[in-house]
Amino acid sequence: MMYALEAKNVSKTYVNHKALDNVSIQVEEGSVFGLLGPNGAGKTSLIRIINQISVMDQGEILLNGHKIKPADTALIGYLPEERGLYKKMKVGEQAVYLAQLKGVKKQDAIKQLKIWFEKFEIAGWWNKKVEELSKGMQQKLQFIATVMHNPKLLIFDEPFSGFDPINVNILKQEILNLRNEGATVIFSTHNMASVEELCDHIALINNSKVILSGEINEIKNRYKPNIFKVEYNAENILHVDEARFEIVSDESKNGVKAADIRLLNGSRSNDLINALIAQCEIKSFNEILPSINDIFIKEVKA
Amino acid sequence: MNKIFLIIQREYLSRVKKKSFIIMTFLGPVLMAAMMILPAFLADWSEATHKNVAVLDESGWYYGKFKDQDNISFYQVHDDLDADKEKALYEKGDLFLYIPKTELNIPVYAELFSTKQAGLNITSYIKSVMKKEAENKKLLASGIDPNVIKSSKVDVKLSTIRVEEGGIEKKSNTEVEVGLAIFAGIMIYFFIFMFGAQVLKGVMEEKQSRIAEVILSSVKPFQLMMGKIIGIAMVGLTQFLLWIILTGVFLGIFQSGIFGGDTDMLGMLSQGGTTSQVVAAGPDVASADPFAMVTEVISGINFKIMIFSFLFYFLAGYLLFASLFAAIGGAVDHDTDTQQFMLPVSIPLIFSVAMSGVIVSQPDSSLSFWLSMIPLTSPVIMMIRIPFGVPVWQIALSMSLLVAGFVASTWMAGKIYRTGILMYGQKVNYTILWRWLRQKR
Repeated sequence: MMYALEAKNVSKTYVNHKALDNVSIQVEEGSVFGLLGPNGAGKTSLIRIINQISVMDQGEILLNGHKIKPADTALIGYLPEERGLYKKMKVGEQAVYLAQLKGVKKQDAIKQLKIWFEKFEIAGWWNKKVEELSKGMQQKLQFIATVMHNPKLLIFDEPFSGFDPINVNILKQEILNLRNEGATVIFSTHNMASVEELCDHIALINNSKVILSGEINEIKNRYKPNIFKVEYNAENILHVDEARFEIVSDESKNGVKAADIRLLNGSRSNDLINALIAQCEIKSFNEILPSINDIFIKEVKA
Repeated sequence: MNKIFLIIQREYLSRVKKKSFIIMTFLGPVLMAAMMILPAFLADWSEATHKNVAVLDESGWYYGKFKDQDNISFYQVHDDLDADKEKALYEKGDLFLYIPKTELNIPVYAELFSTKQAGLNITSYIKSVMKKEAENKKLLASGIDPNVIKSSKVDVKLSTIRVEEGGIEKKSNTEVEVGLAIFAGIMIYFFIFMFGAQVLKGVMEEKQSRIAEVILSSVKPFQLMMGKIIGIAMVGLTQFLLWIILTGVFLGIFQSGIFGGDTDMLGMLSQGGTTSQVVAAGPDVASADPFAMVTEVISGINFKIMIFSFLFYFLAGYLLFASLFAAIGGAVDHDTDTQQFMLPVSIPLIFSVAMSGVIVSQPDSSLSFWLSMIPLTSPVIMMIRIPFGVPVWQIALSMSLLVAGFVASTWMAGKIYRTGILMYGQKVNYTILWRWLRQKR
């Protein structure tokens, strides 16, 4: 299978430490790929290598199946974590300049930008200096500058930091729009909620190595603890066959009784329902799936 | 290549369009023109106040010998020392000259009292009158007619003529050359520092505003660094060119406006290309002779070489230092951290200017030679040497070494810059810089 982006056995050593150790990731075309990991794990090192800002010691980066080359920077849109703008430059001038550096012709850049400026409701700011803009507006401008050359691959490093909740939603929507239009998105973040919301695939990097990767629901299934939450009404406390089920917790809160019950020795959810149905009135019955946050913490601490 | 051009364009236009650039462009020449004209103007103005000197000559030798000058009048007083002094100094606000009586010899001692510092023109006039008078008296006492001595005096004029290759002789005059040499050296120093500092500021701005990584996803670090350095060099050349043109224009305005075309007031040196000329200073230049002499000396200096080497040493010297400044700007996070790295980079430049006195006194010494070869000092030192005439092979060697120097420094700076520009929160010291220098990309 051909991936939009593939990193094969990438290693990178700085003088005093190893930043990436044999890292491989595969990003499917048209997907949103989450690159997760604690601070200093090597995410930014990998992203910089993909953007050809730094050079790997070993390994390969394939873009659409071809070895990546300098001219490919025009195909990538990159919003770094450490980002900013020339404060004294005018908003429009600056966006045009950044587009030109990506190889867009001046006239085309102006045309494209007008559309984006309308979309983000900052059209009136074209001739203002960047320093006159609010932080949120600067972030919008930065986002526009990242995407306006219609890159096939978008890389966002902590894209939501510095945005208020309303703008975060606008941004998420735009990221999904871009994906729907055929772009592939890689994004690196600590914000696990947004990972669950947006990502199709993830890779978790810790201590310079990929320790977990795959399709997000598949990973969640892999990590599920086989626990079901039951909300019920009953006079007496629940009793179950201890060989087949384990009651992890059973408590009453605000008049609602709820128990977490683990399935043991290959028993199935229907078996549990059968066992409970005689003792109580079942109000709800749900499998507890781990959040990406839980998996992240579990794996990083392991 | 297209991208580096975009960077150069941005760096150039964003600076040239700034108000401060436009102000500097006009203010610089005004200041320069003022600096050339003001001393002459001030000298003239200060001498315009008239002074009276009361003379109490107890010896009686010098009565009537002090003649009224343009700005000085003398009058005799005959009474008591203390009373006369009191009256002259405090009542009239004059100066008071007291020549005490001596028994046998002609008095060559006198005291000049004044409430303010007596001007140089007054003291030197009094001294010269007394000296001449005393000498004449002594000659007469020995039976020699002073006129005989006068007629036997000869005035020796020594023209220094430099013989160049092929036997071409050129009149030289050390003072003019010293002036020109030091002026050229300081200009180089000034330009390198001024525009080098802009590179430092520009790089730090990119790092501090966090735009560096955004740009670096489109261009190579080396392109970004060189684009900035070249863009600012072009700003420097633009400013330099405008200054030459405007200084000429302003000087013209000053000359005709303030002094009503009184050209010999101007001790100026306009170094504007082919129309270079020097007008000797001082209101008491008696004839056109020194003026002609100075122009002859000036024409003896090879201006094609002067201007070409000025532009070369400015550009190459700037490239050398600007790359070092760029490396510093890329390495540090805060303005305050620049100090420890700025000092070692600045020292060769400051040292060069400090050495200018030694260089002009011995432009051909081996010290001068070596300092004009070492790339870090050669831009300033060689410019100081050139007005005195430097063999072409030395200039060529010095230029080649300077080119090699800036290629090496740019290469080094590029390595430090590309690591430093993306490194935040790192307290940088020389060990870390050395590590970055060895770091593969």
